Amino acid sequence: MDEAREQIEAGARAEAAPAVAEVPNPKIVVRNLSFHYGRFQALHDISLSIPERQVTAFIGPSGCGKSTLLRCFNRIYELYPDQRASGEILLDGENILDRRQDLNLLRARVGMVFQKPTPFPMSIYDNIAFGVRLYERLSRAQMSERVEWALRKAALWDEVKDKLRQSGQQLSGGQQQRLCIARAIAVRPEVLLLDEPASALDPISTLRIEELIHELKSDYTIVIVTHNMQQAARVSDYTAFLYMGRLVEYSDTSTIFTNPRRRETEDYITGRYG
Amino acid sequence: MQDALFRHGTRLAAVAVGSVVLAILVALTVGAWPAIERFGVGFLGSASWNPVTEEFGALVPIYGTLVTSAIALLIAVPVSFGVALFITELAPGWLKRPVGTAIELLAAIPSIIYGMWGLFVFAPLFGEHVQPWLTERLAGLPGVGVLFDGPPMGIGVLTAGIILAVMVIPFIASVMRDVFEVVPAQLKESAYGLGATTWEVVWKVVLPYTRVGVIGGIMLGLGRALGETMAVTFVIGNAHELSASLFMPGNTISSILANEFTEAVGEIYLASLIYLGLILFGITFVVLAAAKLLLIRLGAREGRRA
Repeated sequence: MDEAREQIEAGARAEAAPAVAEVPNPKIVVRNLSFHYGRFQALHDISLSIPERQVTAFIGPSGCGKSTLLRCFNRIYELYPDQRASGEILLDGENILDRRQDLNLLRARVGMVFQKPTPFPMSIYDNIAFGVRLYERLSRAQMSERVEWALRKAALWDEVKDKLRQSGQQLSGGQQQRLCIARAIAVRPEVLLLDEPASALDPISTLRIEELIHELKSDYTIVIVTHNMQQAARVSDYTAFLYMGRLVEYSDTSTIFTNPRRRETEDYITGRYG
Repeated sequence: MQDALFRHGTRLAAVAVGSVVLAILVALTVGAWPAIERFGVGFLGSASWNPVTEEFGALVPIYGTLVTSAIALLIAVPVSFGVALFITELAPGWLKRPVGTAIELLAAIPSIIYGMWGLFVFAPLFGEHVQPWLTERLAGLPGVGVLFDGPPMGIGVLTAGIILAVMVIPFIASVMRDVFEVVPAQLKESAYGLGATTWEVVWKVVLPYTRVGVIGGIMLGLGRALGETMAVTFVIGNAHELSASLFMPGNTISSILANEFTEAVGEIYLASLIYLGLILFGITFVVLAAAKLLLIRLGAREGRRA
């Protein structure tokens, strides 16, 4: 009973104006974004900016809308007819929610990695080459070079260089996930969206993914959704806390974790709810 | 005790199926023996079929069986692929169920109905409107032209193939739909997330992922097409002639069996028909084995342990 009341009160508090910090060099600017699954409104009037070549983490309890928000950045939700977003998302100043936006080109610029590793049913080499072939016509040598480059970037090259012709589905879970990251990098996107990329992995693999995120941020703007607050604290430069479809607080990660301005944020990171 | 009972029970069932297959094989061989003794392997390559002089050969029905089934698959596979794709990937929610049900209803129609419909409705229309059109446009082409050169009678090998296609579409389409539906959403999203179009996702990700099921579905359709009797007997024309034209009447193994078993007099005539049955048995066996081999080779090429 008390818990239920607390939830309602917390929800009411979340509706209060969010505490949102300004960021330097915004790559993505979200303005008044709302999102519906059919009649259910999953995001309410979200506004925030994602800084370029930094890691931004979205945290919050299950169902708070953090994955939904991430899925707006490459409009992958468009696969499902009853999902729609309204508002503005500016990528380098251009509104990607615009009807005229070419989805395939958008997704070439904004890559995505999912919670469960999803290697395609083909060889390791072809997994990487798949995305590249959609946009570029490369000679055999250039393609091999690109595949090696992507696998090196994803810290997987040394483990697979002798078995590029083998199926990607034979790798271990952690290797598969790095393969998926390499696959996303291979098309040379500007933004990398990671939807709980380590939640299905063992601790060692998780550590490797986190190290990888750290290395990749010098080249890419990275947005990561995570359930794991320690992970957010370890890998991110900025953190947004979402609750019940609303943005509660957004600031640099050290502020969020050491000196949050909103009580809900503090309650969440100290484990009082969620 | 219960476990032992269960184990022996299931083993009995498995052994029973195996022995039935063996028994059929033995019975066919014994029944066909007089013909095997007289014609040998040459039976397969001979086009004669003369009950009076008792000269029999299997070339015409073998050719008819293979060609009608090939035509059926050539038409049914792409159509089924399109149907399954539409239902799983493209159709709006409210349309999926009616289309799926309609396809399944097609499978429930008895084959004799297809035969009658083919003979009385489809063949006249086909002969009057489609065949002249095909002859006019395709008969002049080198190579394939001869296939479409012939009298527009309506019935014939091509008509049988088309009717067969309609009959096997529901089988292939519903298997394809079922296997497309089990492709994980995240796998498809990953491909879309790289910027692939629907076609690229289906062709390069969904199809390889489901290829065992898809090939299984096609084999199910092929098995049905090879053995289908009634509908084919109605529309193929039942002529014992080898002709290059698809418009000419022909024969399949099963249609010849259905037509002539009752009137087969004499040991050799009957034995020849049973020999044909044995050949059909062999063809289906070879087709299934080839499908298995194909799957193993595909698996090896992809790098997975087959």
